[in-house]
Amino acid sequence: MASEARPKLAVYKFSSCDGCQLALLNLEDELLSLVGAVEIAYFLEASSATLPGPYDVALVEGSVTTAEDVERIHAIRKDAKCLMTIGACATTGGIQALRNWKDVNEFIRCVYARPEYIHTLKDSTPISKHVKVDLELNGCPINKVQALEVLTALLQGRAPHLPPHAVCMECKRRGTVCVTVAQGIACLGPLTHAGCGALCPSYNRGCYGCFGPMENPNPDSLAAHLLSTGVSRSHVIQLLRGFTGYSDAFRAASDKLERIAQ
Amino acid sequence: MSASLPRVSASVAMPKGSLQQVFDNLRAAGYTLVGPTVRDSAIVLDEIDGLDDLPQGWTDEQQPAHYRLKKAPDNQYFSYGVGPHSWKQFLHPSRLRLFSVEKNNGSWTIRPSQEPPPRYAFIGVRACDVAAIGIQDRVLIGSEFRDPHYAARREQVFVLAVNCSHSGATCFCASMKTGPKVTGGFDLALTELPDIFLVEIGSEAGAEVLGDVPWEAATAFDLGRASRVIQRAERQDGRHMLTDDLPDVLYENLESPQWDEVATRCLSCANCTLVCPTCFCTTVEDVSNLRATSAERIRVADSCFNRDFSHVHGGNSRPTIRSRYRQWLTHKLASWIDQFGTSGCVGCGRCITWCPVGIEITEEVNAIRAKGGK
Amino acid sequence: MSTAFLTSEVRKPIDPMLPHLATIQDVKPTAVGISMFSLVFADPEERANYRFQAGQFNMLYLPGAGEVAISLSSDPGQPEVLGHTIRDAGSVTRAIGRLKAGDVIGVRGPYGSAWPLNKTRGSNLVIVAGGIGLAPLRPVILSILRQRSAYGQVVLLYGARTPADLLYTDEFDQWRQGGIDVQVTVDLGEESWRGLVGVVPQLFYRIRIDHKKTAVMACGPEIMMRFVIYEALARRIPKDRIYISMERNMKCAVGFCGHCQFGPTFICKQGPVLNFAAIEPFFGKEDF
Repeated sequence: MASEARPKLAVYKFSSCDGCQLALLNLEDELLSLVGAVEIAYFLEASSATLPGPYDVALVEGSVTTAEDVERIHAIRKDAKCLMTIGACATTGGIQALRNWKDVNEFIRCVYARPEYIHTLKDSTPISKHVKVDLELNGCPINKVQALEVLTALLQGRAPHLPPHAVCMECKRRGTVCVTVAQGIACLGPLTHAGCGALCPSYNRGCYGCFGPMENPNPDSLAAHLLSTGVSRSHVIQLLRGFTGYSDAFRAASDKLERIAQ
Repeated sequence: MSASLPRVSASVAMPKGSLQQVFDNLRAAGYTLVGPTVRDSAIVLDEIDGLDDLPQGWTDEQQPAHYRLKKAPDNQYFSYGVGPHSWKQFLHPSRLRLFSVEKNNGSWTIRPSQEPPPRYAFIGVRACDVAAIGIQDRVLIGSEFRDPHYAARREQVFVLAVNCSHSGATCFCASMKTGPKVTGGFDLALTELPDIFLVEIGSEAGAEVLGDVPWEAATAFDLGRASRVIQRAERQDGRHMLTDDLPDVLYENLESPQWDEVATRCLSCANCTLVCPTCFCTTVEDVSNLRATSAERIRVADSCFNRDFSHVHGGNSRPTIRSRYRQWLTHKLASWIDQFGTSGCVGCGRCITWCPVGIEITEEVNAIRAKGGK
Repeated sequence: MSTAFLTSEVRKPIDPMLPHLATIQDVKPTAVGISMFSLVFADPEERANYRFQAGQFNMLYLPGAGEVAISLSSDPGQPEVLGHTIRDAGSVTRAIGRLKAGDVIGVRGPYGSAWPLNKTRGSNLVIVAGGIGLAPLRPVILSILRQRSAYGQVVLLYGARTPADLLYTDEFDQWRQGGIDVQVTVDLGEESWRGLVGVVPQLFYRIRIDHKKTAVMACGPEIMMRFVIYEALARRIPKDRIYISMERNMKCAVGFCGHCQFGPTFICKQGPVLNFAAIEPFFGKEDF
């Protein structure tokens, strides 16, 4: 890519912990060649110097939780040729979407001394609920190798390699023994989009679904099986309502379990 | 005790501790030893050094979607059933670089993978897995095209097989006619008895490895004890596959309602295909650097349960879990026979044990038979 | 060492997955979003030795982008230049679409089965194509034109979505002059279109042919081929005289990757050209 025609990249933050932006900055070795290939025009986490749009690629971290967020994401969309969400918050609503099952005003009253200063929407929603999203990168946080792959693919005009199959593929390819079958640990791996390299199971922990649902998840079957092996209904609901609990597939499954319980 | 080497196809008795000497001889001959060892709450296959690494005194309990490592009632080395791993991860690795490309002045230089193939001695290969290796041979090096990566590993492998002394609840090798006794495709085959190993010599290489190892010709008493151990294992097979008319019964029931039923349970997570010792499917990942001046092609294990597997222009030839499960089962038990002259199933039971929701291949076939009126 | 299990003798390890370098000689726009790429092997020896049959395909490769199976659409009588008619459809074909004359591309092949040009000598031929499905049949037409008298009546029934999607329209007159009855239809006409509007299988009603002595060769969307088979069978053309070319996902083209299976058939090895009688039990099964 010639340096005179470097595509302009912008990185934005909504309701989030900044972890996905930090994952980008953690690219370290690759960051220098990335800066050579793209012009980082707007990235407040990295630099206060900004260049005006329009931008070729906008990366969006975080979910929409305020009325201002709604206006801002529409403006960003207008200014960006390609809009890509990065991370669980932007892609599914994030851990803060747990409030969508509760009364947010009650939280505000509990947490803030002067609740009248707080203006927030009832729900935390993914970016795709508000504007057209061209590409979604999953994870809490995103995997930096996947982030680099997406940017490389965009620069080269090819489809990025982001396999949407289950985390189980990654466990098996690296030889990790299934924690569910061998240890009885409840694991969302069979429902969850690959991309992390099956990190948690390799440390003898169950997957908690931070990459969101895989291509054709069947949560009802896994939930029924977990219940049949003695895992409590509340535990299964809790497992499904994690970092990507507000995604369509996980939400439908946990709501169904809740309805059955009532 | 004998100074000369035993003959091929002879059976000899060997003190148990002498297995270490066999290992040492294999290593001296340049082999990397791969065998069973306890790790991550299971008996896995990994590089091993000696007898101490073997799962002595350990066994397992297996059921659909259930595997537990347990203390064995005896103190034997090979009292367990096949675990989560299979030998295909060494012969047909799940990740392999095919070649790299450098672009320069408008042309390219293609560099094939140059790493010398590892020279493995497989320790403790069960009859079902010997059969599985034979099946992958037919697929990957048995036709006009040969996979050179598989061939390079396969041609130098040393197989130290073990006859099963007990079978698990998910095993059905007897009904697939692959076990529990190893009948070919090995260099040495052990049967573990309480006091000795009975060793059957399968090849010249196997005889040579016994070199300085103390052995005696097997007595009729030893042979009888060994045969009873294997018979007991055969009786213990926990599952049974009814293979009568198998290709036809599946081809005639491609629209069976059972496919819809199993699709409600199947997670399409691909675990069954990845633990299967014969499933061979792969895909290729293309990676490149940011400036697109260098690239690699990497072959990785794939599965017919993944959406991209059946992607075609304008859609997907198998868009549903129903169609993917049907593809897997009919390939494994029916079209495999048309393609390679053998079933793709060896009855090891891994797909039953390691399915996260415990779908049983044997039961699915029974259900299809029942619903098809056969 | 357990070699009893090896079914063939040890041969020199030739990796069938390694591409061979070729240069793009010419890119000719053929229809909307479709171009014919003419390739020449970089190695003179390879150029001299390469042979292919009508219906076969190559795997085309671009570093970083990947590989794609593309049928040969040029004349098998001139195997030193390999013609591939490519539509910008996926990630790899889009990348190929950006190439120009002089650029390098990776090629391996030819793979797969061929149209039965020898077996059908002396017969009438009904060649049926939908959209880009004409690409693998063009070598059939070019081969027939070189030995027209070896065949009986030859009809091409060809259709595409719109007139702009029709391939090789500048060659139709030449084909007609060579003795091939070319019948063309489109799904959607436009003001300037003076030809037929309708689906391809309907063209069967426009031909007068002795079906007893006829073979069918068809390539196009599977739904089109289903109706072509229906029309052919209705005219009592025997099942084993109907040939179709099928498409499935393909990663290796040599039977290793498993992707292209269609029942017992590996499309890359026994296909892409298949005899209908052999695949009938599976053809048209939902999501098979």
